[in-house]
Amino acid sequence: MTTNLLQVNNLKQYFPIKGGFFGRRVNDVKAVDDISFAVKEGETLSIVGESGCGKSTTGRAILRLDEPTSGEVSFNGVDLLSLNGREMRKQRKDLQIIFQDPYASINPRQTVRKVLDEAMEIQNVVPRKDRADRMMELMETVGLGRHQLDRFPHEFSGGQRQRIGIARALAVDPKLIVCDESVSALDVSIQAQVLNLLKKLQKDFNLTYLFISHDLGVVRHISDRVMVMYLGKIVEIGDKKSVFDNPKHPYTKTLLSAIPVPDPTAERDQIVLRGDVPSPIDPPTGCRFHTRCPFATDKCKEEVPELRQDADLMKDGHNAACHYIEEIESGEMKPKYK
Amino acid sequence: MAETTPNQPVTKPPSPFVENFKTVMKKLKKNKAAMIGGYMIIFFFLVSIIGPWLTVHPVTTPDLTNRFAPPSTENWFGTDNFGRDIFTRIVHGMSITLYIGFASVAIGAFFGVLIGVISGYYGKKIDSVLMRIMDVLLAFPGILLALAIVTVLGGSLQNVVIAVAIFSIPMFARIVRGSTLAVRKLEYVDAVRALGATDVRIIFRHILPNIMSPIIVQATLRIATAVLTASALSYLGLGAQPPTPEWGAMLSDGRAYMWDSLHLTLFPGLAIVAVVLAFNIFGDGLRDALDPKLKD
Repeated sequence: MTTNLLQVNNLKQYFPIKGGFFGRRVNDVKAVDDISFAVKEGETLSIVGESGCGKSTTGRAILRLDEPTSGEVSFNGVDLLSLNGREMRKQRKDLQIIFQDPYASINPRQTVRKVLDEAMEIQNVVPRKDRADRMMELMETVGLGRHQLDRFPHEFSGGQRQRIGIARALAVDPKLIVCDESVSALDVSIQAQVLNLLKKLQKDFNLTYLFISHDLGVVRHISDRVMVMYLGKIVEIGDKKSVFDNPKHPYTKTLLSAIPVPDPTAERDQIVLRGDVPSPIDPPTGCRFHTRCPFATDKCKEEVPELRQDADLMKDGHNAACHYIEEIESGEMKPKYK
Repeated sequence: MAETTPNQPVTKPPSPFVENFKTVMKKLKKNKAAMIGGYMIIFFFLVSIIGPWLTVHPVTTPDLTNRFAPPSTENWFGTDNFGRDIFTRIVHGMSITLYIGFASVAIGAFFGVLIGVISGYYGKKIDSVLMRIMDVLLAFPGILLALAIVTVLGGSLQNVVIAVAIFSIPMFARIVRGSTLAVRKLEYVDAVRALGATDVRIIFRHILPNIMSPIIVQATLRIATAVLTASALSYLGLGAQPPTPEWGAMLSDGRAYMWDSLHLTLFPGLAIVAVVLAFNIFGDGLRDALDPKLKD
């Protein structure tokens, strides 16, 4: 669990906004702006954040489903962004994705058998004669019956389809799976089943997950480490316990205070933010959170805070991007609510 | 694992292709006009295959003793200015008409779908360039474009097919491009891309099968237009050359005698109307039946 399977350095993903008569590039949507992080082999790193903070974009950029603007994505020591089309297709065997919408993620005109067969054929992982056995095995692994192999997607429920999606990803024996909001579209009871399945698979096949979600409850259940994003930047990253029990960034604190507590009598110290997330087209200068942060000062408007660790307050590997970690913690700075 | 679905004997479920076909047929059957159009099309095919063996009069040999004969029990639709039986010629012309309709639409659809799918899938510069070319083709009125092409290539049945095919291309290209743009964004396309599928595989295995409905509808409707345009070109003397029993050419021949012997133009004209109408109403019905938003 020590080697870094995936190392992302200075990843940027800008989507151009075209305008004018000749479709000139007018501006960019800075969906992901210069982020760096690493994922260790066999662990689950969750990316959390609200809509539009760039978590899905990060996942897609790593898999090169959208070409990143700049940066470095190094997988097992290979820089994925420098590979050409053919090399990348080969490399894709090790990197798979499970999508959010189980109704849109399977070709409605293919049977499960075809879906799985195609996955194995593309990467040529299993000799043709052994594919049928492997398919049966996969179906059992994800908890589906063999007799369902010749059915079409529309004959399955959402949870079952998600299992098909998982089976398809597993068909090529990947090392890293990006779960892009993989359980968000499912009922809570089904969510638990699929999450437990993912956990079991991780143990059995030593998989590494990059788990993208907005559901903090789910994240708490499945993660080893958590990364919090806000407007295309990482605001806090660390192991699950540190981030959930000892959050250091005001945004993380806000996010965590929004988790519902299943106890109507419990006293809650909820922080409510004012306003909306600013536009990623012209993000705020300095700290991107300063427009909504109750602790913001003039320094926050000008200087971009780097991810850092306060040795006294935080454990190793726990980093937050705030200028005032110590001051807020000691009570020296009080939140200003206007 | 508790949630594992127990294994049951492996049975093949009904294919959704068959199921889909059944529901489309069911909806189509409710649409009277479309069914009439469909039966007419079947009838036209039967006529074009069996008809030529059943007619008794010669198709092209003139019989100058029997010119301008009005419709009778001997010559059902009368005879023309060379004394040839008009009914026989219309029956023989059926296969020519259907050939022009299907061949030109097939060629037009092939290139149109190819251009559309490349345009929609790759986007960016390729899309802009291809779509501007299609816009140029679309800017011409269809018949004018076909006229220009036939003039350049020279008048013959073969060239009419090519001309009509070319002016069908932009229609298909635009429709296919739009559908491709919609399907390309779906997650299952990303999923196969993440598996390492090549562009060719994605286009042919995952995009094209999911955009067949609009292509089929468009093809049916285009056949009507193609037949009409081809007849118009022949009428102008640019298409099938005499003595080929092409309906547009027959209209053209009969035009000079229209006031004295109406049957020379009436029957070929009616034949063209019947074919165009049949394909149009069938195409409209098919569009309603294939549209998933119009359930029942």
